[in-house]
Amino acid sequence: MADNTLEIRNLNTSFFTQHGEVRAVNDVSLDVRRAQITGIVGESGCGKSMTARSVMGLVRYPGRIVSGRIRLDGKEITGLSKKEMCSLRGNELSMIFQEPMSSLNPVMKVGKQVEETLRIHQHVTKEEAARRTEEIFREVGISDARSRMACYPHQLSGGLRQRVMIAMAMICKPKLLIADEPTTALDVTVEAQILSLMKRLCEGGTSILLISHNLGVIAQVCDYVYVMYAGRIVEQADTCTLFDHPVHPYTRALLGAASSLRSGAARLETIPGGVPNLLHLPSGCSFSPRCEKCARQCQNEVPQMLPVSGEGHLARCYFANVPEE
Amino acid sequence: MREVLLEARNLTKEFPAGRKKKVHAVTNVTIQILRGETLGLVGESGCGKSTLGRLLIGLLKPDSGQVLAGGEDVTRMSDRQFGKYRRQLQLIFQDPYSSLDPRMNVREIIAEPLRTWNVCRTKEELTDKVLELMEAVGVPGEYLYRYPHQFSGGQRQRIGIARALAADPELIVCDEPVSALDVPVQNQILNLLSELQESRGLTYLFISHDLSVVRHISDRVCVMFLGMICEVGEKEEVYQSPMHPYTRFLLNAILLPDPHHRHEEEHLLTGEIPSAVNVPSGCRFHTRCPYAAKRCLSEVPQLKDAGGRLVACHYPLKP
Repeated sequence: MADNTLEIRNLNTSFFTQHGEVRAVNDVSLDVRRAQITGIVGESGCGKSMTARSVMGLVRYPGRIVSGRIRLDGKEITGLSKKEMCSLRGNELSMIFQEPMSSLNPVMKVGKQVEETLRIHQHVTKEEAARRTEEIFREVGISDARSRMACYPHQLSGGLRQRVMIAMAMICKPKLLIADEPTTALDVTVEAQILSLMKRLCEGGTSILLISHNLGVIAQVCDYVYVMYAGRIVEQADTCTLFDHPVHPYTRALLGAASSLRSGAARLETIPGGVPNLLHLPSGCSFSPRCEKCARQCQNEVPQMLPVSGEGHLARCYFANVPEE
Repeated sequence: MREVLLEARNLTKEFPAGRKKKVHAVTNVTIQILRGETLGLVGESGCGKSTLGRLLIGLLKPDSGQVLAGGEDVTRMSDRQFGKYRRQLQLIFQDPYSSLDPRMNVREIIAEPLRTWNVCRTKEELTDKVLELMEAVGVPGEYLYRYPHQFSGGQRQRIGIARALAADPELIVCDEPVSALDVPVQNQILNLLSELQESRGLTYLFISHDLSVVRHISDRVCVMFLGMICEVGEKEEVYQSPMHPYTRFLLNAILLPDPHHRHEEEHLLTGEIPSAVNVPSGCRFHTRCPYAAKRCLSEVPQLKDAGGRLVACHYPLKP
């Protein structure tokens, strides 16, 4: 058994629009380790959701995976046919989305929706499917499981709907669960409950790829974190290292912006300028136009991921190993 | 004692929800907004914070209760009388995508309130005033004839702020103005709001579910749960020693961007918000409150002075 449940190598996903090629995912390599929560953090439009969709085989026209390899549990899944991907999705790979209302069928009882997943993939009897659905509802913390199974989505609160989504994603015991902003639409007290449920699932052996723009969510549950900016990974490290010793100027700025809210400072830290247009990326480092350390080298050539002191800590910056003055 | 700009007394608003059922959006809320302050209004979705904001600026009519501005009851004014006050009360919305008309350019959007109040006499004067407002919120003047879809979320929110400023208001109700934005952009908008408050002497009612944002921007904080106020007080007092159990759980649920301080499950609130249609009897929080006693099931706690702040709990926590 491989150490990594998911391995992505040099993935490029682009959208071919009438204005040109939009490089949504740009040379991304990442690993999701077994029974760990791996996070991707970045601002909206940085390519974190497209990375997840590429893994799921859910990139829509005019987008497509241009190159790269994706391996699930040591097995290559790029280049699989539609039919093969269908049998993989919901079975070995599953995903939960941000908006639990629009991801559920409004005219079908939630219990049936979860059973359906099981019956498609594992050919069990109706009774067996109902029994296992009730079991998984309990597992994800839905009280009064049997009566909830007979509810329609609109009868449930946002937190319960998200639990149903998680139950549906988990019922076939997938190798990898991708959670794309699973708590963004939820209230703070419910958000904390869902995150602790995800931690429990992970302790039970599920590997999770968690995508979020919220550094608080990432800090609370992830073991290892990738930071994305304009389609590229710019820094990766285990969670504590990343929050304690960020080296990429973008990571520093992002963390600075998040922590200045709590520091009591009168003026909050921001990042000058705006996110670059993915149609016209800067020729060198994509963060260079906003970076105070920017040198000529940064404008000419895209830096590689360079190792930083500390195991498993890499950063896409020429100055990653230059000590701070 | 600072001057009271706007005061709500025993405001109640219910919405019909099918046969003989009602959503109890805001129940018996009494609150004061002081001139020049930022009052943060926090609570989870569905707790009535947006409804309260709309009641205060007259976008909704209350079922009972009063909104007092300068000693007069705003809710009983004729439309004509109310018009005078309307100008002083503006609103900034959450979603910068749906709150701007996609068929109007920036000049038209910002000029609309100026036209309504007949601020400018000539077209040139109008354009100058629009440019001045754009400069004040940090949108470059050359974008005068651009349309909303050509802007990023942060810039759209700036345009929304400029539109609110156009009427030269005293109070701006900011309804989740930064919730749809990424953190660095959110910080820019918060900085802008602070600057404008200083330069123009504005008063804000800042509605948000994000406790970290509210802590940064507010002077006083008001916590709501299911249509009722739990606790009102000076920001630091409330954050450092919450007295209402709900406030404490809400503060415990903040996700700190710090992996060394992770949540402990026993400090988290269980269950979900009860339905606003069938509200629990007595204290509305009692179904989720670990300290609930017999009295909490039957008797509605009133907002009472508890050492400089107001708390609605029969058994408040020791500060």
